[in-house]
Amino acid sequence: MAEELLAITVLWGFVFIYAVMATMDFGAGFWSMIYLNRPKIKATNVANQYLSPTWEVTNTFIVAIVVAVYSLFPAAAYTLGTVLLIPGSLILLLLAIRSAFLVFSNIAEEYRKPLTYVSGISGILIPGLLISVLPITHGNFVDFADGRQSLDLARLFTSPNEYAFIGFAISSTLFLSSLLLADYSKASEEMEAYSVYRRDAIILGPISIAMAILIMFTLKKEALWIYEKMLEDLPVLLFSLGLFLLGGLALFLPSVNKKGVKGIPRLAVVAVTLQYLAASYVYGKAHLPYIVYPEVTIASAFTDPSSFRAIFATYIAGFLILFPGFIYFWSLFMNDKRYLRQKQTKEPT
Amino acid sequence: MSDLLIARSLFGTTMGFHIIFATIGVGLPLMMLTAELLYQKTKDQDYVIMAKRWTKAFAVLLGVGIPTGTIAGTQLSLLWPGFMEVIGKVMALPFQIEIYAFFIEALFMSIYVYAAERIPPWMRISSLVFVALGAFASAVLITNVHAFEGTPQGFRIVDGEIVDVDPWAAFFNPSFFVTAGHVALSAYTTGAFVVASVAAFKMLRTPFGTRVYNFHKKALMLSLIIGGVFSFLTALNGHESAQYLHEYQPEKLAAAEGLFETQSYAPLAIGGFTDRETQEVKWGIEIPWALSFLAGNSFDTVVVGLNDFPEEEWPPLFVHTLFNAMVGIGSLLILLSLVAFVWNKFLKKDRFPRFFMWAFVASGPLAVLGIEFGWIFACTGRQPWTIYRVLSTADSVTTAENLGILFILFALIYAVLGVAVVFVMLYYFKKNTVIDDINRAEQKNVPLYGSNT
Repeated sequence: MAEELLAITVLWGFVFIYAVMATMDFGAGFWSMIYLNRPKIKATNVANQYLSPTWEVTNTFIVAIVVAVYSLFPAAAYTLGTVLLIPGSLILLLLAIRSAFLVFSNIAEEYRKPLTYVSGISGILIPGLLISVLPITHGNFVDFADGRQSLDLARLFTSPNEYAFIGFAISSTLFLSSLLLADYSKASEEMEAYSVYRRDAIILGPISIAMAILIMFTLKKEALWIYEKMLEDLPVLLFSLGLFLLGGLALFLPSVNKKGVKGIPRLAVVAVTLQYLAASYVYGKAHLPYIVYPEVTIASAFTDPSSFRAIFATYIAGFLILFPGFIYFWSLFMNDKRYLRQKQTKEPT
Repeated sequence: MSDLLIARSLFGTTMGFHIIFATIGVGLPLMMLTAELLYQKTKDQDYVIMAKRWTKAFAVLLGVGIPTGTIAGTQLSLLWPGFMEVIGKVMALPFQIEIYAFFIEALFMSIYVYAAERIPPWMRISSLVFVALGAFASAVLITNVHAFEGTPQGFRIVDGEIVDVDPWAAFFNPSFFVTAGHVALSAYTTGAFVVASVAAFKMLRTPFGTRVYNFHKKALMLSLIIGGVFSFLTALNGHESAQYLHEYQPEKLAAAEGLFETQSYAPLAIGGFTDRETQEVKWGIEIPWALSFLAGNSFDTVVVGLNDFPEEEWPPLFVHTLFNAMVGIGSLLILLSLVAFVWNKFLKKDRFPRFFMWAFVASGPLAVLGIEFGWIFACTGRQPWTIYRVLSTADSVTTAENLGILFILFALIYAVLGVAVVFVMLYYFKKNTVIDDINRAEQKNVPLYGSNT
C-alpha cells in the first residue's frame, strides 16, 4: 500500500502544481485580453511579460500529469481514457487553439487584437473543462456496464455539482491570476496595473470562496461519500479559510517598502496558494482510495512494482537535474529587475 | 468506416500533422547552434542574424508543435486505452524521461529567447545546447516507444496478465538505437534542407552579389553541408534499420519489398505496385540478388516472403510504395548535396544554375514528405499489431463509438493551424526583412532578439 500512496502523492503533487500554474497562465491570457484596449495602465503588458516565457513550461506540466497517470496507474488510464474521450478532446482542441494563437498574437503585431481574443477566450474555457475531470471521477456520471465504461454526458451537464466545479475553476483562475499579476506588477513598478489587478482580486476572492461552498453543498447531494470524508478534516478546511482571510487582509495592509501604497501582494499570493494547497489536500485525501469511484482504486490500478521503482528513480534524477534549471529560470524572469522593469511598449515574443 | 478505422485515421492525422513541426523542431536547433558557434568563431554578424531568424521561426513552429504534441500524448490514452494500459505497465520510462527533456527544452528556450540580451555569450550557447539536447532527447525517447512496438521485450504474458516486468530491458529493446538514430538523423537532414529551401528561394528573388544575396548564400551553403552529411548518415543507418526488420519483423520487410516467396538470392524491386492477386510487383525494376545482399550482407541470405505468414497478419501491401518513396527522396537529397559540393568546391563556380536552385527549393518540402512516408510506412507496416505479436490494434482501440465527429473537429483545427502558421510566418518575415535585422545587428544597443516590428 505504501508504494501506491507514494505514487498517488506524486500525481497529486503534479496536479496541484499544474493547477496553480495553469490558473496563472490561463488567467494572465484572459486579463491580457480584457485590458487590451486600455494600453495606458500597462495591465496587458504585465500579463504578457509573465506569460511569454512561462506558457511552454506550464504546458509541459499537463503532459507530465497525463504521463504520470498512465505510468503510475495504467488501469486508471484505461478507464479515464475511455470516459474522458469527449471532454478530453474538447480540452485538447481548445488548448491547441489557445497556445497557437497566443504565440501568433505575439508575432503578428497588426493582428494582435483578434488573435488575443481567440486565445484569451479559448483559454478561460479550459479550466472549466479541466476541472470537470473531478466530478467525473466521483463516479455518478460513469456507467460501468458489463465490462464497458462510458460517460453519461447528459447527466454530467445537468448536474448542479458540475456547474459548481466549473464556476469554481473559472473564478479561481481569475482570482489567483489577478493576485499574482498584482504582485508581478508591483515588482515591475507598474502601479496603475497594480491597482487594477488588486481591485480584481478583491472582487474575485469572495466569489471563488462562494463557489467553493457551493461545491460542498452540491457535493452533499451528489457524492455524499466524499463530502463526509472531507468533513472529517474540518479543521484543515477552516485553516484553509483562515489563509484566505489572511490573503485578503494582506491586500489592505500598508505596503512595507512603498509609502502610501496599500497591500502586500506577495504575502497574499503565498497565503492564497497555501489556502488552495490545504483545501486540495483535504479533497485529495477524501478521494482515496478511489481514482474513479467506486470501481477503480489506487491499489487496483497500480502499475507493476518494478516499473514503479524505475519510474520513481527517474523522478528523483529528473528533479535533481531540473531543479537548478527552474531556479535559474525563476531568477531571470521573476526576480530580475532588468526584466521586470523594462519600459518597452512592445514586449518580446 | 468502422470505429477502428476512424480512430486510426484520427490518430494518424494527428501524428502526420505533428511530425512536421516535431521534425523541424529537432532539426532547426542544430542549425541555430551551428550558426551561433560560427558567429563566435568568425565574428561574422550574418551568422548571428541567421540564428535570430531561425529562432523566430522555431518559436512560431513551437506554437503548433507543442499543443499538437500534447494532443498526441493525450490521444494515446483517449483513443488507445488498451495499448496504453500495457505501455503504462511496461514501457512508461521513455515517456517519463521525455517529460524532463521537454522541461529542459522549454526552460532554456525561454531563456535563450527572452533573456538573450541579458546573459553572457557562453550562457546563450549553453542554453541553445540544452534546447537542442532537449529536442533531440524527446525525439529519441518517443521513438523508443515506437521501437518497442516493433521489438517488444522485458515482460511476459501469462493468462492475459503481464508478469516479470523489467522496465529497463523494455527500454533497451533491440531496435531502440537503430530506430531512434534513424529519426534523429533524418530530423537533422530535414531541418537543414528546409533552411536550404528558403535560402535558395530567396537567392532566386535577390540580385546576385548584393548583401542580402550573400547572406542567403551563406545560409544555403551551411545547410547543404549539414544536410549532406546527415542525409548520408541517415542512409547508412537506414540500411541497418532494414537489416533489423529482416531479423525481427520479416513480414514488414517482405511487404516493403513486395516479396511473396521465401528465397535466397532474392531480388530487390524498385518502384512499381504490389499486386495481391498475381503476387508480384508490377512495373517495378528488379535487381537480381540485391535484396538478399541488403538484408544479410550475402547473396545467399534467405529472405522470408509474405506467403510464410497468414494473410490476415500481412501489413497492407501499399507500404512498398511508401518505402520506395522514402528511400528515393533520401537518395535524391544525398545526390543533390554531393553535386552542389562538387560544383562549388571542385569546379569553383560561384553561382548555381537555375535548375539547381529550384531543386534546392524543392529539397525542404521533399525532406518533409520523406519523413511522412517513412512514418506512415513504419506504422502501417506494423499492422495488424500495435505491439508486435502481443497486442492487436483492434484490442487497443477505445470502446467508445461515434468518433467521426471528433475526427472532423481535429482535422478542422489542424487545417486552421496549418494555414495560420504559414500566414504568421510570411507576415513576420515580410515585416522583419534580412536588411532590418542587419541594421539592428550593426547598431549597438538595439536588441536583436527582442525585436518585433
